[in-house]
Amino acid sequence: MTRSKATQMNEQRQSLNSTPREMTGATMVWEALVAEGIDVVFGHPGGAILPTYDAMAPFEASGAIHHVLVRHEQCAGHMADGYARATGRVGVCIATSGPGATNLVTGLATAQMDSIPIVAITGQVPTNLLGTDAFQESDVIGVTQPVCKHNYLVTDVNELPLILKEAFYIAREGRPGPVLIDICKDVQNAKGIFRYDFEIDLPGFEPWPSYDLGSLLDAAQIINAAERPLIMAGHGVKLAGMSKELLELVEKAEIPVVTTLLGTGDIPETHPLSLGMGGMHGEAFANKAVQSCDVLIAMGMRFDDRITGRLDKFAKQAKIIHFELDKAEVGKNVIPTVAVIGDLGETLPAILPLISERRHQNWTQLLQEWKGDTAATDILNYEVDELLPPYVIRQLWHATNTAKQQRVLVVTDVGQHQMWESQYFIHEKAGQLLTSGGLGTMGFALPAAIGAQMSDRDALVWAVAGDGGFQMTLQELIVLQQEKLPVKIAIINNGFLGMVRQWQQIFYDKRYVGTPILSPDFVKLADAYGIPGLRVNKPEQVVDAYKQAHATPGPFLIDFRVKEEVNVYPMVPPGAAVDELIRRPKPGMVQGYSGVQPSW
Amino acid sequence: MKYTLVAWMRDKPGVLSRVSGMLRRRNFNIDSLQVSHSETPGISRMTFVVDGDERVVDQVVKQMNKVVDVTRVEDISDQPTILRELALIRVRTTSATRSEIMQFAEIYRAQIVDISPDSLVVQIVGAEDKVNSLIDLLDRFGIEEMVRTGRVALARGMRESSHKAASSVWKARSTPNHNGNRSEREKTGGV
Repeated sequence: MTRSKATQMNEQRQSLNSTPREMTGATMVWEALVAEGIDVVFGHPGGAILPTYDAMAPFEASGAIHHVLVRHEQCAGHMADGYARATGRVGVCIATSGPGATNLVTGLATAQMDSIPIVAITGQVPTNLLGTDAFQESDVIGVTQPVCKHNYLVTDVNELPLILKEAFYIAREGRPGPVLIDICKDVQNAKGIFRYDFEIDLPGFEPWPSYDLGSLLDAAQIINAAERPLIMAGHGVKLAGMSKELLELVEKAEIPVVTTLLGTGDIPETHPLSLGMGGMHGEAFANKAVQSCDVLIAMGMRFDDRITGRLDKFAKQAKIIHFELDKAEVGKNVIPTVAVIGDLGETLPAILPLISERRHQNWTQLLQEWKGDTAATDILNYEVDELLPPYVIRQLWHATNTAKQQRVLVVTDVGQHQMWESQYFIHEKAGQLLTSGGLGTMGFALPAAIGAQMSDRDALVWAVAGDGGFQMTLQELIVLQQEKLPVKIAIINNGFLGMVRQWQQIFYDKRYVGTPILSPDFVKLADAYGIPGLRVNKPEQVVDAYKQAHATPGPFLIDFRVKEEVNVYPMVPPGAAVDELIRRPKPGMVQGYSGVQPSW
Repeated sequence: MKYTLVAWMRDKPGVLSRVSGMLRRRNFNIDSLQVSHSETPGISRMTFVVDGDERVVDQVVKQMNKVVDVTRVEDISDQPTILRELALIRVRTTSATRSEIMQFAEIYRAQIVDISPDSLVVQIVGAEDKVNSLIDLLDRFGIEEMVRTGRVALARGMRESSHKAASSVWKARSTPNHNGNRSEREKTGGV
């Protein structure tokens, strides 16, 4: 979303105004959702939200709203999240009071950390019971305040229409985020006048700050004078839909690009100037580039500790230019030389003509050399008789790459497989990878993939999860059947909570406490849900397994029994500078039980 | 260093918890916090003192601004400002000490606002150091109970008010956009 697009959409919404009508608060919810262009909600009913569910009936019957019943409210949050990530529109989830609402919290926190627009609607006990510890009462406003962009408790039906409109507005405008509306049960039953033609007037909410021309000129001057410039592109580029403009800038001034996890694909990773992801599990050349550049242009990213490593040693030689929409992110972790505060949709096109065409041959040549060093230790080059996760991921890329006419989305969970995906899947587009970056929520992949697939049934959606994370939300498998969704699932099954085990191996002297994990037979489990599946033990089975998954209509599950103790390299130990990293072991050396110890 | 910040916010249920929750969550060190009505109906004014450096204060201001109900935040630390605090101090008295205490109070331009056979209540208004030094003086007589408001602050000199009247904010919120209410408010400058 950019300011101009937001304004345009708001005008369209305004023109859809209908005449004020009397209705119950419950019906108002659905009228507002329809006015906002929402056609699918993810939720779970319960006592305090029953009036709203009841009022959904005519909207469901007419096809205006489709309700996806989840098996746990956390997943309602993740599904709305996946839907929002895949579409750029607001995702909606709905739950009852008390446990329903508290179960939502993880979903909201995930969305908040990754700037995903969600509107969550929860039922609350009737106003006369508020504060009495009534059945299924919890202080939802208090509980969700720190993990939401904003939230509302509705105790008067006359305020409901405006609150609904404000909630959607706050969720999507500026830096997006989740907004929760907690509606008392008696308010849902009460009648009031519904209208939706309010002009939003929130004096304390400045979603689209205007950029300052002076800062833009300063930034351009620094970029034009740079000898070793580097762009660090984040989620903001994707949210603003500025990939094309970014690529234009990159090519015009020959500036290499490192991305954050959520910025993967901001420029195609096949591009010679793409260095892929940086940070804790970024390639050595990407992190070395960060430490060696003389100008670092951060775009739509917030200098998370996973990308900066040790802050006082981060990009020490560089002048830092920070393009950012959220003022509070400027100076939070890194103090930039120049901050360009504003909508990337405006600042990036505005700076383009100010940037002079340039080549940085010495710099790009140096980067090429570093890239060569890394390629020499590529894990794909050895141990081919055992099933290694990077190989499984690279083959997934090959398999989906042949189906190019289709939109491909990869939704990852959290842990080792997530990092391997970001390293070995080659992302062509921003938004091709959906993953929980900021909060690192295990169990995210399956529900988010369902949400994404609900928004686009023709897309090829792969949920990639570890055996640990998958078991956190596998109850949602039944939703694939219920909604007839063709989500494909790859489980990178290594019998461990792999990333935690990796830390135990490296930092806790190999004491594997609590990390060996038993799993059910995932193929049989899938069968119980009516989902065809396959187990893969050997590298030579991988290609065929993917072929079969793609050839099978509907959902498919592959249980990849990969080698147990494989580590994600390179790795920047927490608290170290990003160039003080543990490199990949040399080819021919064996990871795992024989214990290659890192050489740092 | 201690910084004095002033924030204006919509007087809505839960707004104090939103602000204090954010300050707690972000691990900011707040010395004192005082909330009251402002000159604008529907807008509350919060004066708070932050302990930290320039970066911390910069973040506090920015994070406060992100709270939707907060309409404005200002760091007035480097402006000429009137800083005041009010304290009510109940001091134990005997017939021997009473007049001495009252003398001290007078020197400090404090007032005696309540008196009983064995105690009296001193009310003092002033900057914190003045309040502190009176408290130190009275301490040896035995302070039975004390309450302090925390710092309130107002900048000196002429200031342009940039605040919309909150009553009309509310009016605009609950009326549709066609009936001219909004432009009327803009004409009157909203003050």
